[in-house]
Amino acid sequence: MIMEQKLKAILDTHTKTRGTLITLLQQTEAVFGYLPEEAVGWFSKKLEIPESKFFGIATFYSQFHLRPTGKNTITVCCGAACHIKGADKILHELRSALSLGKGDDTTQDLSFTVQNATCIGACSIAPVAILNNQVYGNMDAEQVVKLVKGFEKEGEYTGFEYD
Amino acid sequence: MIEQQTVTIKVCLGTAGRASGGADVLSIFQKLIQLNGIEAQIDKKCSYTKVGCRGFCSKDVLVDVIINDQKVTYQSVKPTMVEKIVTEHILKGEPVADWLTKEDYESFQTKQHKIVLGPCGEIDPESIDDYLGMKGYRAAEKAISKMRRDEVIKKVIQSGLRGRGGSGFSTGTKWEICKSQADSTKYIICNVGEVNRPLAEGNPHAIIEGLLIGGYAIGSEKGFIYIRERYHLSVERLRLAITQAKDKGFIGRNIFGTDFCFDIEFSFGTEAFICGEETALMESIEGKRAMPRVRPPFPVQKGLWGKPTVINNAETFSNIPLIIGKGARWFSSIGTKESTGTKVFTLSGKVKNVGLVEIPMGMPFRDIVYGIGGGMESGVALKAVQVGGPSGGLIPASMLDMGLDYENLSKLGSIVGSGGMVVFNEDDCIVSITKFFMEFLQRESCGKCPPCRIGTKRMLELLTKITEGRAEYNDLATLERLSGLMKTSSLCGLGRTASNPFITGLNHFRDEYLAHVREKKCPAGVCTALITFSIVEDRCKGCTLCKKVCPAGAVSGEVKKPHRIDAAACIKCGACFKACKFKAIKKQ
Amino acid sequence: MSNDREKQKTVRLRINSQVIDVPEGRTILEAAKEIGIYIPALCNHPMISQSGACRVCIVEVNGTPVTSCTTLVEKDMEVITNSPYIEDLRRDTIDLILSDHPYDCMVCQKTGECELQELAYSYNIRKPLFSGERRIYDKKDGNRFIERDMEKCILCGRCVKICDEVQGVGAIDFAYKGFGTKVCPPFERDLDCEFCGQCVMACPTGALVGRDWIGKGRYWKIREVDTTCSYCGVGCSITLHVKNNEIIRVSSRPDSVVNKGLLCVKGRFGYGFISSPDRLKQPLIRKDGRLKAASWEEALDFAADKLKKIKEAHGPDAITGLSSARCTTEENYLFQKFMRAAVGTNNVDHCARL
Repeated sequence: MIMEQKLKAILDTHTKTRGTLITLLQQTEAVFGYLPEEAVGWFSKKLEIPESKFFGIATFYSQFHLRPTGKNTITVCCGAACHIKGADKILHELRSALSLGKGDDTTQDLSFTVQNATCIGACSIAPVAILNNQVYGNMDAEQVVKLVKGFEKEGEYTGFEYD
Repeated sequence: MIEQQTVTIKVCLGTAGRASGGADVLSIFQKLIQLNGIEAQIDKKCSYTKVGCRGFCSKDVLVDVIINDQKVTYQSVKPTMVEKIVTEHILKGEPVADWLTKEDYESFQTKQHKIVLGPCGEIDPESIDDYLGMKGYRAAEKAISKMRRDEVIKKVIQSGLRGRGGSGFSTGTKWEICKSQADSTKYIICNVGEVNRPLAEGNPHAIIEGLLIGGYAIGSEKGFIYIRERYHLSVERLRLAITQAKDKGFIGRNIFGTDFCFDIEFSFGTEAFICGEETALMESIEGKRAMPRVRPPFPVQKGLWGKPTVINNAETFSNIPLIIGKGARWFSSIGTKESTGTKVFTLSGKVKNVGLVEIPMGMPFRDIVYGIGGGMESGVALKAVQVGGPSGGLIPASMLDMGLDYENLSKLGSIVGSGGMVVFNEDDCIVSITKFFMEFLQRESCGKCPPCRIGTKRMLELLTKITEGRAEYNDLATLERLSGLMKTSSLCGLGRTASNPFITGLNHFRDEYLAHVREKKCPAGVCTALITFSIVEDRCKGCTLCKKVCPAGAVSGEVKKPHRIDAAACIKCGACFKACKFKAIKKQ
Repeated sequence: MSNDREKQKTVRLRINSQVIDVPEGRTILEAAKEIGIYIPALCNHPMISQSGACRVCIVEVNGTPVTSCTTLVEKDMEVITNSPYIEDLRRDTIDLILSDHPYDCMVCQKTGECELQELAYSYNIRKPLFSGERRIYDKKDGNRFIERDMEKCILCGRCVKICDEVQGVGAIDFAYKGFGTKVCPPFERDLDCEFCGQCVMACPTGALVGRDWIGKGRYWKIREVDTTCSYCGVGCSITLHVKNNEIIRVSSRPDSVVNKGLLCVKGRFGYGFISSPDRLKQPLIRKDGRLKAASWEEALDFAADKLKKIKEAHGPDAITGLSSARCTTEENYLFQKFMRAAVGTNNVDHCARL
């Protein structure tokens, strides 16, 4: 029932703002953290748009997830500037620090989701990591892992420690 | 009587500024000054300005302290440094010399030609009054209330402005074709790509004003700002700018007392490189999978929801108020004959000064790298410069004296693209770089047409083969043939330009490719499958450091005796190579 | 409308140095076809909108390669469809497609009528020049009617469009992107749709075939018998594929007047009853609680007798006659005549309410 109320609210905004399927899915992802199959089915019936269209969009854009995502998201930029400054290594060590298996992007306890971004346009402070919308520049693997570990301890974002 | 002094503190709060703790720096300045009653103590009025990116991001947080028009800039300011700046500089009037910007900041700034970036880092992007103070919206007023639509377009054509996003098509001509379409509903879209973020964060009103003028010129009542949802700061600042402009009546009904009405709406894109392609972008605004459409019809004929549509990026639009305000002749006097004006780039990679730069078109690469960029980082020689994002070509060191403009880049097999410029040095492997770009493009291919969908995959496989020493000479020919197919047969620009790094790389760095293919060697020592680590006995002091850092236990030896690396156990991580203080480890 | 057609402007252009006049608004592909010039095309289909996705139909227009399925004819166009340059590009695109396709034509149901196979044959691509990883999908679709082998899919999009634009169902769409792009039902569930099979008809390769067709016979081993579908009153033209006196498949010709080659699940896949062992071939009469075979005379007499008795006991309106849409119009006429004149009631209807 709660689910349906949430869906109704999303649909109301969608109708009011004359949104598109992408904005609808963006709002759904914002509410649930991912796109539940039932939500898509519900919208499909209400809007009389085939589910296949939703699925096509949801799988095209990397911002959408079909499985629950972590409470926190850490994104490692893998654009060219970050790449030549070691973004791959950061991503690799971050994933192993969070014990992510091959193909997984979310930790078992749903605390973290790890993503890689195409260039985020902050090349001058490469390599860059983004933790819950906060951008961190001039990172290395050690610092990023520290960022995540410190975070885990505190349970919430405590800010960046300046030396 | 003591003359009242004014103190202005400008803190960079662009993406990089924020990432380096800019917001904290600003709030500590505010707190310290207020809490300590400093204003009363020194009889000074302190004001704070949040400014956008000024480009020199590698030394962020940058803070200007201006006391009575005397401006100094501090670099790499951390929150812990604020107190000292306040007590020594603001209170006692003695700047903290050690923390001021150095020569490189000056050369970084003075060698540029900042016309669109000019106000970024100077004005408060969240204040429309700051923008109005620099004659903001006067160009829009002039265009809308005093000029006919075709006069505006004519002026833009005369300026020679070309699209700053992709292929460099004449902006005025694009507008003209769109205006001439019979359909009464037209749309105009501003694409805010990754390189445009500093513009949106530093001077959002210029983008809005340009879009407004564009809307008037083509006869559109509806503009869209297409921007990735993830660019929170850019979105925030643009949203605020639109609200402010609406309040002032610059956007809305009957603008400047004319019958011209214009509204701007956001369209939030998502993470997809293909959305840089105009028709894919339109599909995305329409809420579909961003798969490019076949042209013709071109967007100016049949674009968003089938209506004539102009798409330009934020940098192009930022130039418009300047062209209308200062004149087409002024604009075309900058740059070269065919490529007028300036171009904004994110200079990154292995140069000393990385950051956001704006150069006049035609500036030689050498001046960009060694002038603005301050030369190569840690003294390793330059190998190549790559312009235009993942599908830009690789420009070798021997061609650095060439000027950067549309014609030259096209001749070099590259593109201006959105404006990324990455500098590679001799430690970078051309094949490996090319493979990296191909990996990216292959991942970002939308999958609609076979030449791109399968072609990028096959290219990536062949490049991987080369980096792993499994390639034969024939594979290079196959790659060349595939490149040719993709260039002509792909549906959109992504596939058509995807082979640029390979083709230019092969042209200019053939030896490096041949070393990989024939000798199975990676001259730059990057491709792990092709390198071996060994210890030069007479250099090794037996300090055991390499043995300690080796994660694979591949190093053996006794203290003070030469060590050895077991090639079979070595995982080629390079940890020993980095750790050795005696250069005793050889990488081949 | 007819007036408009007369007024319709034509444009003069040259295709392979033949000068032709073509009505405005035609594509180069259509214009070429009219004068018998064949241009291969994999994503083009006359019933759906054009996407220009497969890049196989490219031709040279004034020296520039363009897709002929999306480019409209223009005055003084100089079109070349078969220059070595174009043929090479075409060959290489087909080669790429084949490099991501299972090479199992010898066991593929579509052999002989596969458009990709035909192109491989005409361009003599024995082994792809560009080889590498190809898509492997473990999951098989469990639906009853349509065998979906997505490894054979070339992502031309015909099925997606015909389902959406013609059938109005939208059961499938493109999902994922890049090399991993896949046509599938939402959330990769098993296909659950009307099973009209329009997608199967449109598919150029062996990616979509009727499940019951598999292993039953090659295309060139069958005898085609044109007839009318007997399921409902629409009267779709169908073609029975007969091998050894058994119907092994049903299709419909694109030029069929009523249905333009489209069919529904019954017409396309519901032919199993014809040679089913359970099929009723003679009348049965229930005697002592069990159905027993009877002769037609016996059965008709039995039925007439019962009808008479009911009529005598309860009046004619106690009887209702329900006829079948699968009968011909003449048969239905006779049936209502029988109900009205012989039985004496207006209680008559038929089942064409599908």
